[in-house]
Amino acid sequence: MNNDITNLSLIETLKSLEEKKFSKEELNKAYLERIKELNPKLNAYIKVIDEASEVPVAIKDIICTQNIETTAGSKILSNFLPQYNATVVDKLVSKGMGIIGKANMDEFAMGSSGENSAYGVTNNPWDLNKVPGGSSSGSAAAVAADLCVFALATDTGGSIRQPASLCGVVGLKPSYGRVSRYGAMAMASSLDQIGPITKTVADARKVLEWISGPDGFDSNCIEDGFKSKDLKLKNDLNGLKVGVPKEYFGKGLDSGVEKVIKEAISKLEELGAEIIEISLPHTEYAVAAYYVLMASEVSSNFARFDGIRFGTKREDFGEEVKRRIMLGTFALSTGYYDDYFAKAAKVRNLIKLDFEKAYDECDVIVGPVSPTVAWNIGEKINDPLTMYLSDIYTIPANLAGIPGLSVPCGFSEGLPVGLQILGKYMDEETILNVGEVYEQNTEWHNKKPDLGI
Amino acid sequence: MKLSQDQVKKVANLANLTLTSEEEDKYADQLSDVLSYIDQLNLVDTKSAEPTFNVTDLSNVLADDEITPSLEQDAVLQNASAKKDGFFVTKGVFENE
Repeated sequence: MNNDITNLSLIETLKSLEEKKFSKEELNKAYLERIKELNPKLNAYIKVIDEASEVPVAIKDIICTQNIETTAGSKILSNFLPQYNATVVDKLVSKGMGIIGKANMDEFAMGSSGENSAYGVTNNPWDLNKVPGGSSSGSAAAVAADLCVFALATDTGGSIRQPASLCGVVGLKPSYGRVSRYGAMAMASSLDQIGPITKTVADARKVLEWISGPDGFDSNCIEDGFKSKDLKLKNDLNGLKVGVPKEYFGKGLDSGVEKVIKEAISKLEELGAEIIEISLPHTEYAVAAYYVLMASEVSSNFARFDGIRFGTKREDFGEEVKRRIMLGTFALSTGYYDDYFAKAAKVRNLIKLDFEKAYDECDVIVGPVSPTVAWNIGEKINDPLTMYLSDIYTIPANLAGIPGLSVPCGFSEGLPVGLQILGKYMDEETILNVGEVYEQNTEWHNKKPDLGI
Repeated sequence: MKLSQDQVKKVANLANLTLTSEEEDKYADQLSDVLSYIDQLNLVDTKSAEPTFNVTDLSNVLADDEITPSLEQDAVLQNASAKKDGFFVTKGVFENE
């Protein structure tokens, strides 16, 4: 086992390759050996590419890879072989990245625990009895266990940030429209976004530079690609105004998580930031609005699974997928549109305005990603509503279209906690800078789970 | 909002889903719970709010009218469950067959 290779970040790996400290062959051998040893315990990958030869990246299985099975964690796509790569995959390949495996996930990205996959539950590398979070369960677990250099994932209501938080790695949901989603299967088109899960904030910045920018195939992606400013990163946060929403510290927040988050906020203050209490008054309605809008878009998007052009019969949809199609179909049915879809869209507007108002006073907003640390496998699976409520702090950013970053900031009950840093629309630069300064002044990102090898 | 089993049947039919009677029972209960939770949206005053369907506010984004390469016929059909003479095979739309 060559852990000296697999514990390197993307930036460090690229540097080592350039300095010829090891070859790409040795790099892939090290990762493939580790996958062989650990994937049977973690089930982070649905498929592993044994012939991998470039810089090894895990791709969430909802993102199309040419002639490599892409199942989205669903039985309905058990035999689906995409004819083309998603744009993000082509962009990574052009930078010398390669696919080492397709990452497990909640079926069609519907779930917060990684338990809804037709290909088995993914386990949290920090405690195999705990969930890794979801829906990008395999992507986060693979990065945390050093089974890839970094991973691509998708985030519709928190599916990048929440598993990153629960697995102790960095997750970035870019602004809506920053990255083309061509070739990623649509769940809720007004909310979906692709982003990286990485070992460090600097890695996330690098990957965003690579994958962002328009390709002409995603009508909502028209902004120029993200290009980090060439300024040398400062090592303090002097002059930065950090908003802390009081609504993110109310009922439901675990006291152990709260303590860790408050310590992280004190650290930001110590680094020079000015901490301001703000209010996002419509936060408590975000989950309700989200479930109407998301499910409605799901019911429409999933009509395409007709078993004619690809995939098997609709009976092969899993339980959660059917539940959301049903909810959305009901919300859009005759007589209910105004009560549900139209009402939720107006509440969404108020949530977006909450953020716009808050950003008049501050540069970034920080708080917890998840109200709890990772929970036991099986604990919430029969109670959909409780599961939905675990996304309370991540959903508002999707409704408002703003970028969000999860950065490791400590442990509670021996399990990782992530600090969420939310930014202004199309201002990933500032949240990445805050995350990177925090990371450079703390040791959390260097902590690795003990997997017995 | 409480969903009856008849409503669940009707919605499943609209959604082209075939449910077992156990699933109908289960979804009637679970969706009723979720809809009751969603009812809290009625507490929000939205009189002055415009609906937000998409944060970019873009509409009618058009592609340039250019011919670009597309997939070969074999590739297009490679995932089809049934095909004939280079076409997808589907059920008849206007007849029963």
